[in-house]
Amino acid sequence: MSESKIIDPVSRRKFMALAGGSTAAAAFLAACGSDDEMTTASTASARTGTSETAQFGKGDLGILNYALTLEYLEAAFYADVVKSGLFKGADLETIRKFGREESEHVTALTAAVKQMGGKPAPKPKTEFPLKSAKSVLELAGSVENLGAAAYLGQAANIKSPAVLASALAIHSVEGRHAAALNTLLGKSITPDGAFAKPATAKTVLKSVEPFIVS
Amino acid sequence: MSHQELAQPELTGVEVIEDSGDLSRSDVILKGALAAGAVYGLGMVAPFVRTALAKSGGGDVGILNFALTLEYLETAFYEEAKTRAKARGELKSLIGLLARDEKQHVDALKATVMKLGGKPVAKPKFDFPYSTTAGFLKLAQTLEDTGVSAYNGAGPGIKSKEVLGAAGSIVQVEARHAAAIRLQNNKEPSPNAFDPALTEAQVLKAVEPLLA
Repeated sequence: MSESKIIDPVSRRKFMALAGGSTAAAAFLAACGSDDEMTTASTASARTGTSETAQFGKGDLGILNYALTLEYLEAAFYADVVKSGLFKGADLETIRKFGREESEHVTALTAAVKQMGGKPAPKPKTEFPLKSAKSVLELAGSVENLGAAAYLGQAANIKSPAVLASALAIHSVEGRHAAALNTLLGKSITPDGAFAKPATAKTVLKSVEPFIVS
Repeated sequence: MSHQELAQPELTGVEVIEDSGDLSRSDVILKGALAAGAVYGLGMVAPFVRTALAKSGGGDVGILNFALTLEYLETAFYEEAKTRAKARGELKSLIGLLARDEKQHVDALKATVMKLGGKPVAKPKFDFPYSTTAGFLKLAQTLEDTGVSAYNGAGPGIKSKEVLGAAGSIVQVEARHAAAIRLQNNKEPSPNAFDPALTEAQVLKAVEPLLA
């Protein structure tokens, strides 16, 4: 699966347009926000008074449960890939390792939701196309790049400094996974250039919808 | 403390030098972050940076200036490495990419500091301790991992949502750099499920002497 199928091309275009320039420095500055250009999801939701992750709960709880849902998906994906028998040797080890790390994210996020008095999001039932080693690696790359973008898209919406610190510690690990898979795939480690681009919850959820059975 | 007891001894030789002898606050925090990482390991970098930035009270401009100093260091490191690391092939192109990315971070951070009405800190001089390609790679890995931890530590102290989002877009790129360099070293791209950070309490005790 190509990255363009996973990441909604419309919102990418919109982001580029809002970012208002071709140079990365311009994109960064736009992300830093001028008064008239509302570029981030957080400012958009601040205006409408609703949160992007409201369906998962209020405020930080909603963001944590959204992240938990994505981590469940990633962990299930790697578990299925390991079982598929498509990989062996060093590649299988990498997949196992990434899978273990996603499971640790699931555990940590579940604990964080409970600690805040919330109810952890349920584990979704998932199904992934596992046809060939190449297509699976492509999908893994897309999922990890999307996961990193998903965390980046929520960072500024998080209220609690402790929750933010945890989310940042996971975000950079997703970025590491994405770069490692891009390297395996012979793609650029930094497909967005010097400044990684965020993804909104809407974009992310739409992208993963095909893999969620119920 | 003897050399053998250091967690990341390669960081001890990284020098941050100001010609005038007058180090900026950002230079001092960067030196502290490197020292904290060298002595206690990379889990100490994020909480050290967080505590030091909070203590220095410079707000978002102070945090951005610290990030700028870190990016000055990384840019200088890779610019110099283009010749000094004696790299070839894949590694040579990677060094070129990293140098370009870090330079763009420098430019963007400078512009953002000015936009917020602040004055970008001056670029200090750096000295990096390595003499071989392998030595370069080892130091690059530690510096990139340190950079990730430093940004992750600074993040929760940022007030402006826009600045936080922008810092996030840089730290993800630093994490990607770290993974790529680790692969060059035949090391796991993500050694931990969480980029490490000790708790505030553990840190305060250990780094109090470094928080000048």
